[in-house]
Amino acid sequence: MAVVLVDAGGTNIGSVRYALQRLGVDAELTADAEAIRAADKVILPGVGAAGPGMARLRELGLVDVVRGLAQPVLGVCLGMQLLCAHSEEGDTACLGLIDAPVRRFQESATLRVPQMGWNRLAQARPHPLLSGLGEDDWAYFVHSYAVPVGPWTLATADYGGPFSAVAAQGNFHGMQFHPERSAAVGAKLLGNFLRL
Amino acid sequence: MLSRRIIPCLDVREGKVVKGVRFRDHVVMGEIVDLALRYRDEGADELVFYDITASPEGRSVDRAWMERVARAIDIPFCVAGGIRSVEEARAVLHAGADKVSVNSPALERPGLIDELAAAFGVQCVVVGIDSLRDADGEWRVRQYTGDPGKTQALARRTLDWIDEAQRRGAGEIVLNCMGSDGVRRGYDLEQLSVARAVCHVPLVASGGAGAPEHFRDAFVQADVDGALAASVFHAGAIAIPALKRYLRGQGVTVRL
Repeated sequence: MAVVLVDAGGTNIGSVRYALQRLGVDAELTADAEAIRAADKVILPGVGAAGPGMARLRELGLVDVVRGLAQPVLGVCLGMQLLCAHSEEGDTACLGLIDAPVRRFQESATLRVPQMGWNRLAQARPHPLLSGLGEDDWAYFVHSYAVPVGPWTLATADYGGPFSAVAAQGNFHGMQFHPERSAAVGAKLLGNFLRL
Repeated sequence: MLSRRIIPCLDVREGKVVKGVRFRDHVVMGEIVDLALRYRDEGADELVFYDITASPEGRSVDRAWMERVARAIDIPFCVAGGIRSVEEARAVLHAGADKVSVNSPALERPGLIDELAAAFGVQCVVVGIDSLRDADGEWRVRQYTGDPGKTQALARRTLDWIDEAQRRGAGEIVLNCMGSDGVRRGYDLEQLSVARAVCHVPLVASGGAGAPEHFRDAFVQADVDGALAASVFHAGAIAIPALKRYLRGQGVTVRL
């Protein structure tokens, strides 16, 4: 099985690659359109801001490439947000593959932004990506912007209210947390993606 | 709901994990990757590696071990020590670290915080603060604490620096209360509570953990997001699984 990591410059690419290696998959790191189109699975990692993230995809000529993919695609953290329609971060038009907005957490005295730490996942509807997810399973989040709950939501977490921790629309999937840094739970969910 | 974090801190000196008492007299505690894996298996939520020799000697951290750690563990880790530029931070993040923590170099040149936040986002930028109460009752910042011979007391008030660091783009503050560090009599709840009131980003307590109640008090009384400790974990005085079960029993949200 060929798994590619889209090399759009995020600093977590190495960590995602190591996580896949721990699952026995040697993912190619690439920005090559043909390699991405030919892969069985495509992962779009990402750390940073939405505007520069989209700008990098445009510079690399990958916007239409990603939009045209029919195989399972997984966006991680910023990668998930880039799959959505629009982000409040820098008022950025994103890829529009998941019909969801991306909104900033509303900071308050008790809600610190960014959310940084482990939060509990709650399954919203059954999906093979969530196979084996337990009642007390936690994932590691680091983010200031989030996808609200909607028809795309597979699992939620609660931070001043529920938001989409895992989302999907068609063959496009997103995890707001970092599965590569979410211990056994993260490995389980990444493994589920590889089996889609 | 977000969990409170338990964060073992591994002070790294010449490639080994060390720990001193009140920042002095360092003794070797073990190999980096072995300890990192042990803590991951025990349920640590995150790891912090401080290269405590880096800033005083004016050199940056050796990065080979970071990549070994990143390959081995699947929990987040932060690297601190002598990171003085965006390029050095980039190398650390590309080696697999999730966050970089800056302390003395940010005091030398506060604009470093702005540059790191602009380059990587605030979520990657931790500002570590070593703080000690002076005779006049004010908490003030210390610099170059990795080497007692080079440690300097600054005129900068700790609370002012917390405020400035956030405005410049710190995504998290680690407050090391030097007066309680290494002596295991509990976190400095007074200082942490005052810091909490001015800190709107995640705040991590450091210095003084000796018993499970100390962690509870830091979370419940000082409302910190994470609690960092070293010697009690390295010496096996507190086992993380038992600590987390205790905290959950006390009503503290933790990941088990």
